[in-house]
Amino acid sequence: MGERILTMLRKEFIQVFRDPRMRMVILGVPVIQCLIFGYAVTMDVRHVRLVVVDHDGTPATRALIARFTGSDYFDAVASTDDETRARRLIDAAEASAILQIDAGFSADLAAGRTAAVQLVVDGSDSNTARMVLNYSATIVSGYGNAVLVDRAGRQTGRTLSTGAVDLRSRAWFNENLESRNYFVPGIMAVLVMLVTLMLTGMAIVREKEVGTIEQIMVTPIRPVEFILGKCAPFVVIGFIDVLLVTAVGVFWFEIPIRGSLLLLLASTALYLMSTLGIGLFISTVSSTQQQAMMTTFFFFFPAMLLSGFIYPIANMPAAVQWLTFVNPLRYYLIIIRGVFLKGIGADLLWPQMAALFVLGLGVLTFAVKRFHKTLA
Amino acid sequence: MNPRRLWAVARKEGLHIRRDPRSLILAIGIPMLMIILFGFALTVDVDHVPLVAWDQSGTAASREFLAQFTGSRYFDFQGIVAGYPELERAIDRRDAYLGLVIPPEFSARLDAGRPAEVQAIIDGSDSNTAAIVLGYAQAVTGGFNQRVALAQVRRLAGSPPVPPLDLRPRVWFNADLESKNFIIPGLIAVIMGLIAALLTSLTIAREWERGTMEQLISTPVKASELIVGKLVPYFVIGMLDVLIAVLMAVFLFHVPLRGSVPLLFATAALFIVGTLAQGILISIIARGQLLASQIAMVSTFLPAFLLSGFMFAIPNMPVPVQAITYIVPARYFVALVKGIYQRGVGLGVLWADAIFLAVFAAVVLGLAVLRFKKRLA
Repeated sequence: MGERILTMLRKEFIQVFRDPRMRMVILGVPVIQCLIFGYAVTMDVRHVRLVVVDHDGTPATRALIARFTGSDYFDAVASTDDETRARRLIDAAEASAILQIDAGFSADLAAGRTAAVQLVVDGSDSNTARMVLNYSATIVSGYGNAVLVDRAGRQTGRTLSTGAVDLRSRAWFNENLESRNYFVPGIMAVLVMLVTLMLTGMAIVREKEVGTIEQIMVTPIRPVEFILGKCAPFVVIGFIDVLLVTAVGVFWFEIPIRGSLLLLLASTALYLMSTLGIGLFISTVSSTQQQAMMTTFFFFFPAMLLSGFIYPIANMPAAVQWLTFVNPLRYYLIIIRGVFLKGIGADLLWPQMAALFVLGLGVLTFAVKRFHKTLA
Repeated sequence: MNPRRLWAVARKEGLHIRRDPRSLILAIGIPMLMIILFGFALTVDVDHVPLVAWDQSGTAASREFLAQFTGSRYFDFQGIVAGYPELERAIDRRDAYLGLVIPPEFSARLDAGRPAEVQAIIDGSDSNTAAIVLGYAQAVTGGFNQRVALAQVRRLAGSPPVPPLDLRPRVWFNADLESKNFIIPGLIAVIMGLIAALLTSLTIAREWERGTMEQLISTPVKASELIVGKLVPYFVIGMLDVLIAVLMAVFLFHVPLRGSVPLLFATAALFIVGTLAQGILISIIARGQLLASQIAMVSTFLPAFLLSGFMFAIPNMPVPVQAITYIVPARYFVALVKGIYQRGVGLGVLWADAIFLAVFAAVVLGLAVLRFKKRLA
């Protein structure tokens, strides 16, 4: 049996690695993608492009505007008196907010009245809009307090100071709130799933489609050996890809790896059980490579979106949250982020590991059973 | 180009599709299912953030400070904790997302007109959510500070002052700040781009692999006729998908469509031709179906998702990566779809994206024809 599996293994390795473009797809592309996407995935909202419309044009308005442009959060891209031009900049998505101060602002302030500040926010990206609203509220209330103190000081003739709460934030696990630290481990998990799923799904179907599977079936090889031999190269490829993208994450993007690499590799083995099992299953239900690809995609796309990779699972409707429990990516993401960012160990991650193991075992058994049937 | 030969190829390819009903069902069913599923499931709205507080001060002032948080619709107050260990546990177990630590000298410092430091401890691993939550917390704190300042000035100066500034925000295009209003139109673009490339990426590779290509070569059909002919039936499927997706967005999800519907479909047609041609080009280059599918997945799906500006804003990316986004057709279509759906703008603003899309389609189609000719010889 061992000998037959070895022969099968050799054949598979030769087949996969013979094509230099295939080598590139398996080894080069995940690294390149990890590099590009690692740079692309930033959600940090800084430098919001702001249009300033100042109809008052006094020292008071300039001081307020300076508080906006002086902060990290806003970059003034234009300053204009023309409201239609400001509107056009928003329409063309060249700016995301308009700070508008009407004439009479300073007069209102000097007279001790409430002066209005208009803010127009492009709401099309709701999260950016929320942040813009919050930053602006904080800046305006800070300026308001300064005015208030100044005013009272002039009234009473002495310098006042009012108490204020200074909110000092401490973000655990990701001190500088780098979105890259959160997303790059996710990209690794997604890429590994994509590569292994596709390879397994397509490899067996190709033998079916080209007809070579019948040649293999007339050899003395048993189905279990066939499957083992077929999958083993993909396990190897999966591990190589994990190591490659981990190296990119750690050495290139300097994502801290706080936990144990060994734990990550062990979990990867469990994760690969599921992805290979699903790939195998897809190959049993598909008769052409086109079908296999569509089916792979049919599985992969929801798996990626309903994993917590970008969209928080907690925001999903309850029924969909239940669906995510059969998604191996969901568990692997928690593990990979836990190992990288939080440095937590198996004592906290065992439920996820157990879930991956159960899922993987279930899918593999099911796929192998079906595979027997389709061959018979 | 001979229309009769073109038609013959189109008919042949249409028959291929008809005879493989499962692929056809997948090609129409997948986009529908995905828009339904994701339309309901995917939101990035941050509301009702669970909050715990460790109030070491326990005074009227600290309670008022907390009341500002509990009164806001953005926070759900989960209760008072009695120390760091309990607060840490709450955050670890995800019972709380934000923990406020109010120092013992909170009200004494405020009364003395000095700053009082409050710690906001947050789980930063999801940086985006964390940044939004901290933004809310800062804004709430700013509001509290203003009340403190007003009260103190009133006490010191005698006269009741008015708040000096009033921020009047207006949100354009998406007044309720619902993330589905930008996710669903973007999703249509991403799903369509992917489906289109997947549909065609195997068509030529399949002919090579099965040996039917030689039969095709021996016919008088020209490269351009073969390629355009193969595109036609998939184009019909693609436009049908767009129609279904747009109808669902409007009637099922009530995403407002403010701009011109003909413009939306015209640009969708350009986009679909471009991505279908991209799929065919992949198919021509790869020859094998396994490789073709790998390239199609790699070059369409993740770029369309991550580099199109759908979720991650392109201006935030470093310049070399921004340069790469120019060869991702989904980038232009996402910009067009978002502009047409949300801002209701027309070609006056969006002409550049539309032209890029047309150029992309023409270039890729031309490349496919050129590359294919060489192989026929």
